[in-house]
Amino acid sequence: MATRVVGVLLVLMGVGSLVPRNVEAARRSGVGVRVSSISLSSLRHPNVETGHPHILAIQQNNTVSPSLVSRLSRVLSLRDYNTRVVLLGTTILGITAGIVGTFMLLRKRALVGDVVGHSALPGIAIAFLVMEGLSPGTGKWLPGLLLGAFAFGLAGAVTVMLIDKFSRIKADAAMAMTLSVFYGLGAALFTIVQRVPGGNAAGLKTYLNGKTASLVADDVWLFVGIATVVLVLAMLFMKELTILCFDEQFAAAEGWPVFWLDTLLIGLVVTVTIVGMQSVGLILVVATLIIPPASARFWTDDIRLMTLGAGLVGGMSSFFGTVISALFPRMAAGAVIVLTGASLFALSLLFGSKRGVLVHAWQQRKLRHDVGRVDLLRACFELVEHAVSDPIPTHEEMMDHEILLGDLVSMRAWDLSTLRRLVAVAEKDGLMQHTGDDNWRLTETGAEEARRIARNHRLWEMYLMQYAHIAPSHVDRDADLIEHVLDPELIAELEYQLDHPEEAVPVSSHATTGSSSG
Amino acid sequence: MIQEFFHLLSGWSSLDTAIAGSAALTAMSCALPGAWLVLRKHSMMGDALSHSALPGVVLAFLVAVGMRQAGWISSGQQDALLQMFLFAGAVLVGVGTAWLTEWVQRLGRLESGASLGVVFTAVFALGLLLIRLDVDDVHIDVDCVLFGIIEMAALDTIPGTSIPEPVLVNGAIFVLNLLLTVLFYKELTLAAFDPALATSLGIPARGIHYGLMAITAMTVVAAFTTVGSILVIGLLIIPSATALMFSERLMVVLGLSVGIAALSAVLGHALTLTLPRMIFSRLGYPTIEDAGTAGMMSVTAGMLFVIALVFAPKHGIVSKLIHRFRLGLKIAGDDLLGLLFRIEEQTAARPTDVSVPDLVAKQNGINRWVMSLSVRSLLRGDFITRQASGELSLTDRGRESAKSLVRAHRLWEAYMAKHFELPDDHLHETAHRVEHFIDDAIQDRLQSELKSPSKDPHGKSIPRRSDT
Amino acid sequence: MTVAYHRRPVIWDVDYDTPAGELIAIVGPNGAGKSTLIKAALDLVPKVSGDVRVFGQPYEDQRERVAYVPQRTSVDWDFPVSALDVVTMGLYGKIGWFRPVTRKWRKAAREALDRVGLADFAKRQISQLSGGQQQRVFLARALVQEADLYLMDEPFAGVDAATERAILQVLRDLRSTGKTALVVHHDLQTVADYFDHVLMLNMRLVASGPTAEVFTEENLRRTYGGRLALLDQVGTRLAEGQ
Repeated sequence: MATRVVGVLLVLMGVGSLVPRNVEAARRSGVGVRVSSISLSSLRHPNVETGHPHILAIQQNNTVSPSLVSRLSRVLSLRDYNTRVVLLGTTILGITAGIVGTFMLLRKRALVGDVVGHSALPGIAIAFLVMEGLSPGTGKWLPGLLLGAFAFGLAGAVTVMLIDKFSRIKADAAMAMTLSVFYGLGAALFTIVQRVPGGNAAGLKTYLNGKTASLVADDVWLFVGIATVVLVLAMLFMKELTILCFDEQFAAAEGWPVFWLDTLLIGLVVTVTIVGMQSVGLILVVATLIIPPASARFWTDDIRLMTLGAGLVGGMSSFFGTVISALFPRMAAGAVIVLTGASLFALSLLFGSKRGVLVHAWQQRKLRHDVGRVDLLRACFELVEHAVSDPIPTHEEMMDHEILLGDLVSMRAWDLSTLRRLVAVAEKDGLMQHTGDDNWRLTETGAEEARRIARNHRLWEMYLMQYAHIAPSHVDRDADLIEHVLDPELIAELEYQLDHPEEAVPVSSHATTGSSSG
Repeated sequence: MIQEFFHLLSGWSSLDTAIAGSAALTAMSCALPGAWLVLRKHSMMGDALSHSALPGVVLAFLVAVGMRQAGWISSGQQDALLQMFLFAGAVLVGVGTAWLTEWVQRLGRLESGASLGVVFTAVFALGLLLIRLDVDDVHIDVDCVLFGIIEMAALDTIPGTSIPEPVLVNGAIFVLNLLLTVLFYKELTLAAFDPALATSLGIPARGIHYGLMAITAMTVVAAFTTVGSILVIGLLIIPSATALMFSERLMVVLGLSVGIAALSAVLGHALTLTLPRMIFSRLGYPTIEDAGTAGMMSVTAGMLFVIALVFAPKHGIVSKLIHRFRLGLKIAGDDLLGLLFRIEEQTAARPTDVSVPDLVAKQNGINRWVMSLSVRSLLRGDFITRQASGELSLTDRGRESAKSLVRAHRLWEAYMAKHFELPDDHLHETAHRVEHFIDDAIQDRLQSELKSPSKDPHGKSIPRRSDT
Repeated sequence: MTVAYHRRPVIWDVDYDTPAGELIAIVGPNGAGKSTLIKAALDLVPKVSGDVRVFGQPYEDQRERVAYVPQRTSVDWDFPVSALDVVTMGLYGKIGWFRPVTRKWRKAAREALDRVGLADFAKRQISQLSGGQQQRVFLARALVQEADLYLMDEPFAGVDAATERAILQVLRDLRSTGKTALVVHHDLQTVADYFDHVLMLNMRLVASGPTAEVFTEENLRRTYGGRLALLDQVGTRLAEGQ
């Protein structure tokens, strides 16, 4: 059984060919693959609940576990010292990654984090081998491993930039290549690491694979320290990084050291990625860089707020992700953190106050509503205008005139049912009142509004004809849409440019009856 | 060293042949869709597809096992159906990921990389949870994992033959991809180069995009057998990126990609058997015998790319450096010839100072070493001769060449003086820079536009071309 | 029609009937919406309102009668294809699915290259062509389509004299065979020499008609006399509102 499970995982995780001879032997003898050979696969599976490889975890799952409620209360009350430490660690990492990720997203280099994460793998293996070679038994010293990961992560990012700059290969291909070559090197080195005599590689993974549960206080303090440095740097250079992301050439022209700023940003990203790997694993670490700022973007147009929001989303996904995975033993923390983030992203995409899909849809609806109202009132105005002898009807005439839907329907290209709907809405808005079967009258506000709309509309038409030289037969086209963006300031501008007296409604510049306006 | 390499390789067995063969076919099957991804600048889509295939694979397992448990199919049928489900699941999730990416990008007004990053990590994370929730479940008979590890799969031969199973599966995918590439060559090219034109000619660029995504997803899943989900990205992208360094013809690029892919696979396996032992036995770890083939394939492909990056005939770094060096040599020679000509013009005394080359080098900021190389090549080419006393003078041939240069220089000065409001002392500098690049045809055009001037702005006479 | 870009109207109410069999220039300042007009006609950018009819029918039904010469910057010139390959692409629609590019088609492409004076460059990779030559490759690609209406986006921009002459010759040949060409043009000096009709655009149609009548100093002043601030402002608000 174990063999088979390991087989699936190994293959899926790209370390399928780790131990050729072993597997062969395993097939012949029918015994399970040595546990040591799965260390890499678990590297990709942050495994919260135990410090053991998966196979053991499965067996553990069959044992009786405490009830959900008691686990929930234990996790949430932060009674465990360990839970507190882990939550603090992952949350800090989430916040930091979100904030640094904002700049990468705005710099349109979101996927660099993916390259950095994958590229770090050989660095970890080499750091282990070097430390083990220098002094056996010290191979798993965390700062050393992080340093190795940092060096190779940085090398990956730099390789992408170099290939992009000095060859005809484009950035996207350069990223994909770098990512897989470095990762390939890591995979090959890890098979070797596992066979180094005395090099307890099985333990190595507990530092690498983002096993949040095995974090100890010392590690977390290290993360907190690194995160603080990163955050302080990001805040300190906020202005400069913003300029770099927005307009690199302008920044260069203004005399900012663009190269060094870029180096700083890459350095921050690599640092955050390497440390962030501890909580979600190296494949998914890119998500902690992209998802938070992408979510925050839906709520604000201000880069400062976006940075804060990204930190918030990053912190929240890490916090809740960790809590959930602590409650359900079979849920890998990394995956849950990413999925929590993705859910927050989906919520932001839908409900975001600035760019959210629903806000946009609601605005569209409101727009249609507005346009319908404007169209109706203007048609009413024109109807009254035709009925009264005076060229421009007075306010009283507007209110007194009985409007028949039958007359109104011929004013525009609309049918009776549409018109009835519009009128019903207008009644609810207090613009029109029902006086008989299909007979209506404008209310005080309605008359006022109709007059204002007609006036604005005609000013705009006059402007188009006078300044844009658009033929009279064409000016009416989109005027209803334009109507609702003509605010007092613009109207004043129109009056000024047309030298038109305040208050007065100009005579329409073209025929207003029938559905000429289409 | 080399002996050791071949000694270690001598242990190559039929199993190694099977592994290398399977690996080569996998790499070749990936190279074709990968090439189109690179050409369309969608390489990271390969990254996304290979990650997002995970839940597709898990779902296929669940469905197949579920069907057997429900008693609808037998165990044997399950194995047969699984491969189909795997492909179907991969295509479904792959196309879904591509569609979702596009959707998020459009609705969320996000940059494509960002929306890709959001979507594929989420899908992959979902796959991870699915695996842990269900595939880990002891009830699943993972014998249906036909795609074992490559070394394991290579042992799985087709009944009655000695052909490993991955050879069949990946071979079939390769043939399919080859066939599709041939059939849709025109449409794929056009949609990659200029989608707007494709659309205006009635070729559905979007349909081609999704078709390519489906095929890529299928290829990726088939390749899991040998290389797993991350390294497959390398197989998709690196061969064609390497091929692009060598050729500018699309057909050649595609052909080369396939060849390079096969080479990386075979060489990768050979290096697996040799390199780790050679390195680590020296480091004092004699027990290290080999490393994983998949990782080494990727590294080998990367090494081949670096070799191409450095040594490719036209776009390689070395070739660019050589080109630049040659140009420097030519400019140094031109400058020397020009000065010798001007000295002749002024003094009519043929032999010149011994130190002329040094002078030219110093004046124009040319490396002395380059200058002396250039003098040697001019001597060899019979452009100049060296007197017994060491002084240099122009030969007839050199004088012709120098005349053309000086002519180009002065014509350009005249042209600049006519069209730009520049002080006279500024004219020389640009003329000095461009004189090397003004050939006879441009000289003629300058001459006719300037109405055959005889003097340059400084009053020096413009030499006539001898053949006119 | 009115065309919006990122929901922001860039051209308002252009209503224009192209005379057939003429060379028509579209002129106007930067940001006047010249390229957008052409792209909208080809359905490459969405229209807010209005429709485009080609020879009296909707564009979708008349695709093969329209050829488009985009701006040079619209494609990746590092793409591994030769000049001849690019020209042949213009024929892919006609060749149809699954059918190979036979000698007949390559011959047609070669002839088109010859017409723009690039017969000797057929095998060159496109990045090794000069800007003017690249432009001529695009022109040749449109020529092989044997369309009746040619839409060209700044074909004369930044080209050498030889290319300018070649393009002009091609345009005149097109006219003499009864084809129509709508050309976005930036060089006011040559409008009167090169074109029969002119369309003067600045966010709206300022003037249109035979060059001799319309291309006047008065119209030029109106075309190039700055953007209409209010038109711009209202357009922005509309974009925000939607």
